[in-house]
Amino acid sequence: MPPVVRRLGHAVVVLWAAFTLSFVILYLLPGDAVLTKLGAAEAGVTSSPAEIAALRAEYGLDDPVLLHYGKRLLAALHGDFGTSVNTGDGATHMVLTALPPTLAVTGLALVLAVLFGGTVAVLGTYTRVRVLSRLLLALPPLGTSLPTFWVGLVLIQVFSFQLGLVPAIGATGFSSLVLPAITLALPNGAIVGQVLAKSLRTQLEQPYIEIVAAKGASRARVHFGHALRNAALPALTLVGVVTGNLLAGSVITETVFSRDGVGRVTTSAVTAQDVPVVQAVIVLAALFFVAVNLLVDLLYPLLDPRLARPREVSRV
Amino acid sequence: MSCELLEIHDLAVSYGEVEAVRGVNLSVRTGQVVAVVGESGSGKSTTAHAAIGLLPRGGHVVGGRITFAGRDLAGLSEKGWRSVRGTDIALIPQDPTVSLDPVRRVGEQVAEVLLIHRLATRRTAPGQAVELLARAGIADPAARARQYPHELSGGLRQRVLIAIALAGSPRLIIADEPTSALDVTVQREILDHLGGLAAEGTAILLITHDLGVAADRASRIVVMSEGLVVEEGPTRELLASPKVPYTQRLLAAAPSLTRTPSRPRREPGPDVLLEVSGLVKAFGDRTAVDDVSFTLTRGRTLALVGESGSGKTTTARMVVGLETPTAGTVTFDGHEVSRLAGERLRLLRRRFQLVYQNPYASLNPRFTIADVVAEPLRAFGIGTRVERRARAAELLDQVALPATVLDRKPAELSGGQRQRAAIARALALNPDLVVCDEPVSALDVSVQAQILELLVRLQDELGLTYLFITHDLAVVREIADQVGVMHEGRLVESGPADEILTNPVEPYTQRLLAAIPGGDAREAVR
Repeated sequence: MPPVVRRLGHAVVVLWAAFTLSFVILYLLPGDAVLTKLGAAEAGVTSSPAEIAALRAEYGLDDPVLLHYGKRLLAALHGDFGTSVNTGDGATHMVLTALPPTLAVTGLALVLAVLFGGTVAVLGTYTRVRVLSRLLLALPPLGTSLPTFWVGLVLIQVFSFQLGLVPAIGATGFSSLVLPAITLALPNGAIVGQVLAKSLRTQLEQPYIEIVAAKGASRARVHFGHALRNAALPALTLVGVVTGNLLAGSVITETVFSRDGVGRVTTSAVTAQDVPVVQAVIVLAALFFVAVNLLVDLLYPLLDPRLARPREVSRV
Repeated sequence: MSCELLEIHDLAVSYGEVEAVRGVNLSVRTGQVVAVVGESGSGKSTTAHAAIGLLPRGGHVVGGRITFAGRDLAGLSEKGWRSVRGTDIALIPQDPTVSLDPVRRVGEQVAEVLLIHRLATRRTAPGQAVELLARAGIADPAARARQYPHELSGGLRQRVLIAIALAGSPRLIIADEPTSALDVTVQREILDHLGGLAAEGTAILLITHDLGVAADRASRIVVMSEGLVVEEGPTRELLASPKVPYTQRLLAAAPSLTRTPSRPRREPGPDVLLEVSGLVKAFGDRTAVDDVSFTLTRGRTLALVGESGSGKTTTARMVVGLETPTAGTVTFDGHEVSRLAGERLRLLRRRFQLVYQNPYASLNPRFTIADVVAEPLRAFGIGTRVERRARAAELLDQVALPATVLDRKPAELSGGQRQRAAIARALALNPDLVVCDEPVSALDVSVQAQILELLVRLQDELGLTYLFITHDLAVVREIADQVGVMHEGRLVESGPADEILTNPVEPYTQRLLAAIPGGDAREAVR
């Protein structure tokens, strides 16, 4: 089986597992969306048993578990996760309409994270000024330890309220993307920077670097032409992980910056125990994560010939 | 005669506060091969790296002069050094397997030198790189140039590194242990090639731990120990009458120069301990071991000799049940190892133990030496804590380690001491058979001699039987009673040690024997 097909197979299994696990947790564990809805809709008026039964039937809660699961899975394969208990809209539709603003922020954040992390790591290992190197390489550990919501609040305080450069909240125009994207990019860029700096230092200690230097190569050639390309491999793996982090982080940034998006949809759906929407979010997040990691896996052989062309040693 | 090309005068190098090299004088003339010989930590590699301005991090030249063709190198700026490296002085490294950038094609890596020094344009460089690969002795260079390092064998990679060194037509090549990671036959080809370069007028500074290699290849030898030059002179004179005791010891210890076995050879006895018959191991469609049979009687030493990829280690692993044979049987004292599994194999394991090649990797760094040595006892639930500790102390005494190392960590011990600890661990369960996989090849020559002596003494005292895996025929000469020569998975020749070593029938064995360095030196010593 070619590796690509095997990877795709893995991806499908992961998605199925995400669906099944979320089904088990959301539908089978105690906590009833219907009761929550009725209770929330009108605390004073008691709903008639008939009303409850009708709603339960509507959501398929009366079917035997396996039948219910089968129906849900089949519907999910057609992109249908049911209707929101809260709003009555299609869960898939709700999540998909919330997706573009979230993708805009996470996409920008990913670019910024790689730029931040990459620059800090490369400059920190390249410079011969000891103080500068130490300062730069101290940034990533600092960045990973800052909580996202706090970074967001500080940025709003400084850039919106005091300097008035960008709007504090809202989702209009590119300028509103900047602060949330930076907020997300800082901790994640720090992770990228930490790993890249570490692997750059490891690569620079390798014997092949000495041979490049013995050829008469400049420091820049050694650093950018050889060490960086080898050091980029572990950092690339991280980009897959970081992308997941960014998506999860949007729950916090969208709340702090009052933006619409998947994060907000998630928060309200979880609060209201809006099971179909929550499941749609989980499966779409898994899909996103799987897709990014699949892409990373497929990119790897392009950067590392040892993976593209398995070892076949020719003798002297 | 031509004048001095490289002159090192009163050189001192320090790493921080630690002095690594001091008062070193040496010179190399055009077309001359000068060998710097010493054990690890002698400062030979530091001296060589100082001459090309590539000291490891923290290393500084703190005194003395390095002149190259009349030009002072010690005061050069980084930019000045860049113009020297590659074109005036080139470097061939120790371990070719880690000395090429893994993500670039080898042709590109050769061409890089030409581009750095503007000796070629982007258009002409690839073609010139192919020519250089051909000059370095690589067949089908155009195809090789497009390959990545991991697709080439160690010997081919070293040739690529030679091509890189040749690219800038340097007047001096510093070869830092250029063959110690290679098989003997490959080692010989590479050294022959370097000799050819010297004949064409390139000066070579050859750094080696192997006095045999130095003796064969160099016209002058510089012996270093603990950062000092202890003796220096023309090769023949130095070998014929070494003046300082250190050189004499080095000469005595060099395995490639020793001529006598360390104890009388033993004849096969009646008691067959190990019988291997028709052993085959296939990995996928590659046959690693192909129809290997031998018997080993109690108290003797069988050496399986071969180069990398010959199948000797895989054979040893099948003998101790770490690998399942594809076909054939291993019978240990009447038990068929290849049929046993689980608990019964585990119980039989008490009776055969392994000593690995690399004492730096085979000891758990978080254990104390007492834990390491007593681990087999713990695994079989033998004795109480106190008894096990007492046994560990006794075992350490047997391998001539002081009881004070009991509570030390492996990192605090030297390579030789670690290998002694590994041997003590192998002896913990009173085994009948000890399988030694290249037990001395990672050690300095003088330490090698001590470990071999220890193994021979233990064999006498404890009645051990050894299966010895090695690539080094000189080691075989010293300790084996019986030899099996492996080549491409097959046992091509086997018999009593002296017969194989003096009258080999197979051409492959003859080639192996001829490749042992130190032939000239043996003449000189005689």
